[in-house]
Amino acid sequence: MLEYFLSFLILTGAALTFIGSLGLLRLKDFYMRLHGPTKATTLGVGSLLIASAVFFSSRDAGISLHEVLITLFLFITAPVSAHLLAKAALHLNLHSHARIPVNPARPVEDKDSEIAGAGSTAPAKENSSTDMSSPHKSV
Amino acid sequence: MLDFAITVAFGFVAIAVGMCCWRLLRGPSTPDRILALDTLYVNAIALLMLLGIHLGSALFFEAALLIALMGFIGTVALCKYLLRGDIIE
Repeated sequence: MLEYFLSFLILTGAALTFIGSLGLLRLKDFYMRLHGPTKATTLGVGSLLIASAVFFSSRDAGISLHEVLITLFLFITAPVSAHLLAKAALHLNLHSHARIPVNPARPVEDKDSEIAGAGSTAPAKENSSTDMSSPHKSV
Repeated sequence: MLDFAITVAFGFVAIAVGMCCWRLLRGPSTPDRILALDTLYVNAIALLMLLGIHLGSALFFEAALLIALMGFIGTVALCKYLLRGDIIE
């Protein structure tokens, strides 16, 4: 019974690790690729570590706690490294396939009033444009 | 049963390591390569755990713990370098 449970945990962990690396290989852009390893692979390794803890706890006398330490460390550090990687990618302006989202805080009526406001300030803009164009004329 | 499961798991994780190496060599941008290195050390921990169960030896946990520690510090240092152009300012 225990052997079947261990086999299930090991196979699940290996499959999740595989899926995470497959996501790293196959997805289209960096921000999508970030999802595979940081979630699926971490969960897979966690599953393998639980299998190892159960195995060594059942074999030897006493509870094996090394794996819990490694699991805790991995689960704490994975989000931190993912956050830093995303920050680095944003800093480098990597290309993203995602569409720019519509801002829900600014509905369409606001846009219209903004356009009307822009119409009222149009003379100022014209002035600035003439100011901008005058040096060109002088040149 | 357990031996068969461990053999299959070894195969899966080995393919995962291969895919990480492909992304590491091929990756179009630097964060891609750093992410591949990050995944690679997590996969190395998985391989060490499987080897520990297979050989029935509890000797590999310290190595796995060291790899987890050093891998995290390496990822943070590389990201910090990309972000700031310097690691320790």
